[in-house]
Amino acid sequence: MSGGPGLESLVDQTISVITNDGRNIVGILKGFDQATNIILDESHERVYSTKEGVQQLVLGLYIIRGDNISIVGELDEELDANLDLSKLRAHPLKPVVH
Amino acid sequence: MLFFSYFKDLVGREVTVELKNDLAIRGTLHSVDQYLNIKLENSRVVDQDNYPHMMSVRNCFIRGSVVRYVQLPPEGVDIELLHDATRREARGG
Repeated sequence: MSGGPGLESLVDQTISVITNDGRNIVGILKGFDQATNIILDESHERVYSTKEGVQQLVLGLYIIRGDNISIVGELDEELDANLDLSKLRAHPLKPVVH
Repeated sequence: MLFFSYFKDLVGREVTVELKNDLAIRGTLHSVDQYLNIKLENSRVVDQDNYPHMMSVRNCFIRGSVVRYVQLPPEGVDIELLHDATRREARGG
């Protein structure tokens, strides 16, 4: 009965996850379930700051619990290649408040 | 169930989803599910200058649990229909 949007169409694609604590993790979606738990391969975290460019921290193979996920975005590789992350300055995202 | 059905009828409309982390994302409603998870196409963040975190994202899946508001176009809202559906839901559920 659920139908609707699955993350099915995003499997094996590069995705950008925003977590409830405001982190941004980029990786390849390998699996997911009804609770939105996801498996992310070749993942790295993008840390935004107002003082220096975006830092990328390599994470590897991750499972992210669905409870903690806000957004799963389809990363457009072309658009991403055009970004100069070293020049980007931004405040970190705010955590989710229920 | 009421809102699930309601959102299904709004597929294809432009909406703005405001999240509980104050992020606001505008896009075309692509699909919705029983948890009111929302998939938006052609998405862009409303205040892109302050929130460049999603600049390379054009389609996104938003977890229902993190939505604060869904801003709809006024033409998308049929008050009479909603009233009727609410009454039915309250009566039988």
